Amino acid sequence: MTEKIGVYICHCGSNIAGTVDCPEVSRWAAEALKARGVVVARDYKFMCSSLGQELIEKDIKELGLTRVVVGACSPHLHEPTFRGACGRAGLNPYLCEMVSLREQVSWVHTDKAAATAKAKAVVSGGVERVIHHEPLESLRVPIHPATLIVGGGIAGIQAALEIADSGTPVYLVEREPSIGGHMAQFDKTFPTLDCSACILTPKMVTVGAHPNITMLTYAEVTNVDGFVGNFAVTIRQKPRYVKADLCNGCAVCEEKCPKKVVDEVFEAGLGYRKVIYRPFAQAVPKYPVIDRENCTFFLKGTCKACEKFCPTGAIDFEQKEEIITIQVGNIILATGFDLFDARRIPQFGLGRLPNVFSSLEFERLCNAAGPTNGRVVMRDGVTTPRAVGIVHCVGSRDKHYNNYCSSICCMQSLKFAHLVEERTGATVYNFYIDMRTPAKGYDEFYQRLLEEGVIFIRGRVAEVTDVPQRPEEEGRLVVQVEDTLIGQQRRIPLDMVILSAGLEPRHDAKQVAKMFGISCSADGWYIEKHPKLDPIATMTEGIYIAGVAQGPKDIPASVAQGAAAAARVMGRIQQKEIALEPVRASIDETRCSGCRICNNMCPFNAILYHADKAVSEVNPALCQGCGTCVAACPAGAISGTVFSDQQVLSQLEGLLLRNLQPATV
Amino acid sequence: MKYGYFPGCSLERNAAAYDKSARAVAEPLGMEFVEVEDWNCCGATEYISLNLLASYALSARNLAQAVRTDGLGELVAPCSACYLNLTKCDKSMRESPSLAAKVNEALAAGGLSYKPGSMRVRHLLDVIVNDIGFEALRAKVTRPLTGLKVAPFYGCFVARPGYVQFDDTEFPVTLDRLLQALGAEVVDFPLKAQCCGGHMTQISEGMGLEMIRRLVKTADDRGADLIVTICPMCQLNLDAFQGAMNRHFGLNLHVPVLYFTQMMGLAFGLDQAALGIGSELVSSRAALAAIGATPEGEAGGPPKRVKKDDKALPMPAPLMRA
Repeated sequence: MTEKIGVYICHCGSNIAGTVDCPEVSRWAAEALKARGVVVARDYKFMCSSLGQELIEKDIKELGLTRVVVGACSPHLHEPTFRGACGRAGLNPYLCEMVSLREQVSWVHTDKAAATAKAKAVVSGGVERVIHHEPLESLRVPIHPATLIVGGGIAGIQAALEIADSGTPVYLVEREPSIGGHMAQFDKTFPTLDCSACILTPKMVTVGAHPNITMLTYAEVTNVDGFVGNFAVTIRQKPRYVKADLCNGCAVCEEKCPKKVVDEVFEAGLGYRKVIYRPFAQAVPKYPVIDRENCTFFLKGTCKACEKFCPTGAIDFEQKEEIITIQVGNIILATGFDLFDARRIPQFGLGRLPNVFSSLEFERLCNAAGPTNGRVVMRDGVTTPRAVGIVHCVGSRDKHYNNYCSSICCMQSLKFAHLVEERTGATVYNFYIDMRTPAKGYDEFYQRLLEEGVIFIRGRVAEVTDVPQRPEEEGRLVVQVEDTLIGQQRRIPLDMVILSAGLEPRHDAKQVAKMFGISCSADGWYIEKHPKLDPIATMTEGIYIAGVAQGPKDIPASVAQGAAAAARVMGRIQQKEIALEPVRASIDETRCSGCRICNNMCPFNAILYHADKAVSEVNPALCQGCGTCVAACPAGAISGTVFSDQQVLSQLEGLLLRNLQPATV
Repeated sequence: MKYGYFPGCSLERNAAAYDKSARAVAEPLGMEFVEVEDWNCCGATEYISLNLLASYALSARNLAQAVRTDGLGELVAPCSACYLNLTKCDKSMRESPSLAAKVNEALAAGGLSYKPGSMRVRHLLDVIVNDIGFEALRAKVTRPLTGLKVAPFYGCFVARPGYVQFDDTEFPVTLDRLLQALGAEVVDFPLKAQCCGGHMTQISEGMGLEMIRRLVKTADDRGADLIVTICPMCQLNLDAFQGAMNRHFGLNLHVPVLYFTQMMGLAFGLDQAALGIGSELVSSRAALAAIGATPEGEAGGPPKRVKKDDKALPMPAPLMRA
């Protein structure tokens, strides 16, 4: 045995030492594994502390260790720490192996003797494996300075501005004709009640005019190739039928267009728009689009009213879809959410009972630029309601729909209650399960509402009905609810009901995630690299997430995430190149049969197929070393550095203690 | 398709029209019913709260007989009470081996035994909607129920969470879709999954009649020509007690109550007598005269356009579920 191996057993306070006899594991390793090359074994209370790391560094220098095994928490947490310690002492960091004595031993067992025996086996496996490690150098790839941001809502806007202000180019792709996202639809924002448009539109205008930002609205990403530092992104620019270079945004075309349709997107179905339209007056960019599906000219071949009246000749019915390809180094996904379709709960009446409104409908109803200019009226468009109910948790915290809390609905409902009360003087009821007002200034707003006389009933609504049981219910809506604070069923007659619907992942979030090589949680939100410590990165290098696409959150949190993702990207760009883990799979061409089984299994789209040679190849910059292809290859043609067959099989031998001299077992 | 068939007591007496019409529509749809031999009462609504074990034994005997009859594995119960009792018995025996052992001990006295899970109990509505399907139904319609406004009434037995799998338990829709497939106009009937009162008229008359009033009055308010049910208990309450309810509240409502199988038979062009139509107490004659009797020229063609009030706000279209 030529290797000199050091073994380090961490107590992790009492996390490991509470269940595993750490000094015993260390003593055993020094003795039983001596024949396998172990020259020193130590245990220490916190191996990750500076003093713990210094122990390792000192041994490497003084004892001339050539391999290190650390038995501690998990590689996910502290592998970089111990690799760093090895590197500082002059040992190639990849000659360090970490085995888990916490997650895989102490935390999952209660029998101390058995856990200690298992810990020994786990350490033994690590020792056998580390013998086969090779010194590796990390890959370095250059970072393209441009950034792609997908989604022009508040999170995407914030990220775009931060990066563009730092002096590097940004492409902002938005599906709709204007940036602004859901925030542009709101009238007021909680808890300060400042006007949503007043705080959003200046940012939109800055984006539109920023020399470093290329806005691609009415456009969608269709393909992503490449890897961190060097993505090639294909974007489909839908035809607007309006020439951007000629249009001055005067909106005469909109005024003259003879056809109105219900606006299902911006007005949430509550109002109309013309067929040539900008979603709203402050749209950025200012150019309208023609809705081809509804345009009389495209349907019948005549009309062209917009063309006739356009003073600058900007209408172009011949415009075609354009495919644009761009190179970027990093990508931020800020694709937002869809509102839960409350019609899925028919007993709440949306789509059946005229005076039941969804929360987004109500946002438009109370918006000064909305269909009623902000007058809160019933569906007939004229009658002011005298009693209004707001139902919380519609489609959230409900095992039939979404188990999660949508986080914003309590505050949104409070805002609605305030606006209804302020504008109509109506009696307002909130039907809630739990009131959740945890952020800055939120609970104060709740208390203000209590003082304003808004009525709060704690209980889940059973149904919203128009079938009267008592004279006072005739001709009105009735909310049937169990008031859990007084322990009684109640029927509350109302004129209008607002359903505070939850947030759901975009309907196509899964396809988008697949295209960018990231994953979605079971609920459909994009999965972050670490739920607490890295909420804006993903497991795919160079792809970041921000805003509600990562999970329900309010405007301040979305802005913070947009800025955080931007800061990370800016840091990357500054470094000009990035070091990649050398843990990679590679395919032995001579053994590859070209069956392509591995091609579709790779979660990072890292495997290319060369049709001419009929073999597959792993792109090392894209490969994240997950090992899926290695396991899948029927010919055994794929091997991974750090997880070669030899390393894995040796580790198994070690785990089974087959490496020991018979006398020491 | 072949199914075990459990008519239950009601279908032999007060709901004979349900039995008659179910068998009549089964044939054109290619369904064959094999009646369970020597079946007994399912225990109806009360017995289960009086004597649990005996009640389960009653139902388990029926399940055991069904297995013995043909071993088809699927048992159709047109009566919602029978359907719920049989389902509940099978589920409870599956979830509690000790209960299953006791029930089987009781069955052993008659030389029978039942292995929980060996018989899948299904409501007739479930079988028609999910096995036959709306497309096949539509193909059989020769006399669409166009112009007939109906209130679909499911009752509470098929809206019990935990037992019923084939439809939403809060707001079921399968009967709505079925009646639409037959060409009828379905009115929005929010009380469709409420209780009809069961035997409440015998226990607390005022309360029972109030429950009936609510249902009949709402159907009438919504402009329904008919209430369509899937349960003999519901039909009995709404039909037989409609007169008493009118007297009690000083009302003069007249809403006939028919079974969905009778509506299917009508749409398939079958003879009214073969479907047991006419045996209901609140006569459906006037309501049914409308079908196929529309004067020439009026049939078809779009309804008159109402001038749109330009102040009114658009509202979301109702969500059509598959």
